[in-house]
Amino acid sequence: MSAVPEILFRDVTKRFSAAGSPVLQDIDLVIDRGEFVTLLGPSGCGKSTMLKLVAGLEPITSGQIQVNGLEPRNARQMVSFVFQEATLLPWRTVERNVALALELEGRSHEDALRTTSRLLQLVGLTDVSQSYPRALSGGQKMRVSIARALATKPRLLLMDEPFAALDEMNRDRMNEEILRLREAGNWTVLFVTHSVAEAVFLSSRVVVLSPHPGRIAHTISIDLPYPRTAELRETREFDALVNQASRLLREAHRA
Amino acid sequence: MKKWLLLAANAAVVFVALLCVWQAAVWVLRIPPYMLPPPVNVARAIVMRFPDLWASFCISAEAAASGLLGSIVGGLLVALVFARLPWLRRMLFPYTILLQTVPIVAIAPLILMWAGQGLFAVALVTFIICLAPIIANATQGLISVDPNLLQLFLMHNASQGQILRKLRLPHSLPYLFVGIRISSGIAVIGAITGELFAGSTRVGQGGLGYSILYAMSQLQTDYLFALVIAATILGFIFFFTAMFFEWLFLHKWHESARSEGNEY
Repeated sequence: MSAVPEILFRDVTKRFSAAGSPVLQDIDLVIDRGEFVTLLGPSGCGKSTMLKLVAGLEPITSGQIQVNGLEPRNARQMVSFVFQEATLLPWRTVERNVALALELEGRSHEDALRTTSRLLQLVGLTDVSQSYPRALSGGQKMRVSIARALATKPRLLLMDEPFAALDEMNRDRMNEEILRLREAGNWTVLFVTHSVAEAVFLSSRVVVLSPHPGRIAHTISIDLPYPRTAELRETREFDALVNQASRLLREAHRA
Repeated sequence: MKKWLLLAANAAVVFVALLCVWQAAVWVLRIPPYMLPPPVNVARAIVMRFPDLWASFCISAEAAASGLLGSIVGGLLVALVFARLPWLRRMLFPYTILLQTVPIVAIAPLILMWAGQGLFAVALVTFIICLAPIIANATQGLISVDPNLLQLFLMHNASQGQILRKLRLPHSLPYLFVGIRISSGIAVIGAITGELFAGSTRVGQGGLGYSILYAMSQLQTDYLFALVIAATILGFIFFFTAMFFEWLFLHKWHESARSEGNEY
C-alpha cells in the first residue's frame, strides 16, 4: 500500500458564506486506497458537502484536502461522481449516456462504444442499450449512471445517496451488485447514506457525523470479510453492527 | 386511428351544416352579395381567380417564412448571449417584453417607411413580432439546466463548448420549440399586417394583406372571403409545420412531444 492516502482531510472547515455558521467543522479523516468508507448521518450534517469538496466542486473555507496527494480540482481525472438522481441526458440512448464521460475526455467514438458495450454487459443492461432513459425503471437508470461513472476507469468513486430513491428490495440488490462490481475494479469508494443497514453492508469503515455543525462523531470498523453476499444480512454479527451504528447515530444526533 | 376518423367526420359534418345555413340565410334574408356573398360565390371566386390567389398566397408565405426563420436564428443567437452574460440579460430582458407588447399595427408603417416597401420590409415586420417568444423560451431553456448535470460535466473537465453543445443546446430544444410554435402562429399575422401598409411587393401583384385591401376597395366581397380563407390556411400550414418539426426532434425522448405526437 502506498504511503500517500487516497483521500486526506486535515482540519477542514466549510462555510457557504463568510458570516454564516460552518456546515463542516474540524474534519480530520484519512482514507486509504481500496477502502469503502461510508459517511452516515442525518440530513443537514454536511455529508454531501464532504463529497463535493473531494470532487473539487466546492471550495473549502480552511484546512486541506488532498486526493492521492493532489488538489481535488487536479485529481478529477481519477474520480467519478454518482449523484442521488441518475442524472442521465434524456435525449441520449442508454449506450450514448454511458459513452458521455469518454466523449468529454476526447476518446474516439469506436473506443467509447467498445468500452460502453462491455460496461452495459457488466451491469446487465445490454438489452436496453438503444432505449431512451424515460423507458427505464429507477433501478435501471441508476445502473446506467453507475456504468457511466465506471467508464472512465476511476480509482475513486464518490457516491451521494445513489440508492435513496429505490425501494428496499431494489436497494438491497444494488448494494450486492456494487460490491460485485468492486471485486473486479478495486476502486476506493466514499459513499453517503442515511441508511444504517446499507452503510454496514457495504463498508469497511463507517464514519458517523453529527449535525450543526457537521463533525465526525464516531468511526466504526466493519470487520466482515469481503466478498459479502445477501446472506450476510441474516447473521448475528451483521445485526450487532447495525445496532451499534444505530445507537451511535442516535447519540450523535442528540449531542 | 378510429378516434381520429370519427373526429374528422364530426368536423366535416359541422362544416357542411354551416355552409348550408350560410347559403340559406343569404337566400331567405335577401342579403346583397357585396355584403355577404353566399358560399357558392366564394367557391366560384376561388376557382376563377385561383392564379391571383395562389400568387398572393406565395408572396405572403415567403415573407412570413423568411421573417419566422430569421427570428428563430436571431432569437437563438440573442438567447445564447443572454445565457452567457447574466448581467446583460437582466439589463435587456425588459426590452424583449416591450418588443412583445408594442402594437405591431402601430409600428408597421414606421418600419415600412424606413426599410422600403418590398418583401424585406414585410419580413422585417414578421421578424419583429416573432422574436420575443423565441428569445424568452430559448433563454429559459439554456439556463434551466439541472445543476447536477452541470457538475457531472465539470467532473469530466468538459470545456464550455462541450457544455454548450452536449448539454445546454439539447436541453433547450423543447423550450425553443414552444417559442417556435407560438411564433409560427403569429408569423402569418405579421406578414399580412405588414402587407396592409406595404402595398404591392411585386410589380402588379401583392401579398394576401395587399389583396385584401384591394378587394375591399373594389367591393369584391367574394374574393375577400377567398383571401381570408387562404390566409387562414396559410396560418394552419405554418403552425402544423412547426408542430411537425417539434415532433421530429423530440418524439424519441421528450414526454410532451410524445403525447402531442399521438394526437395526430
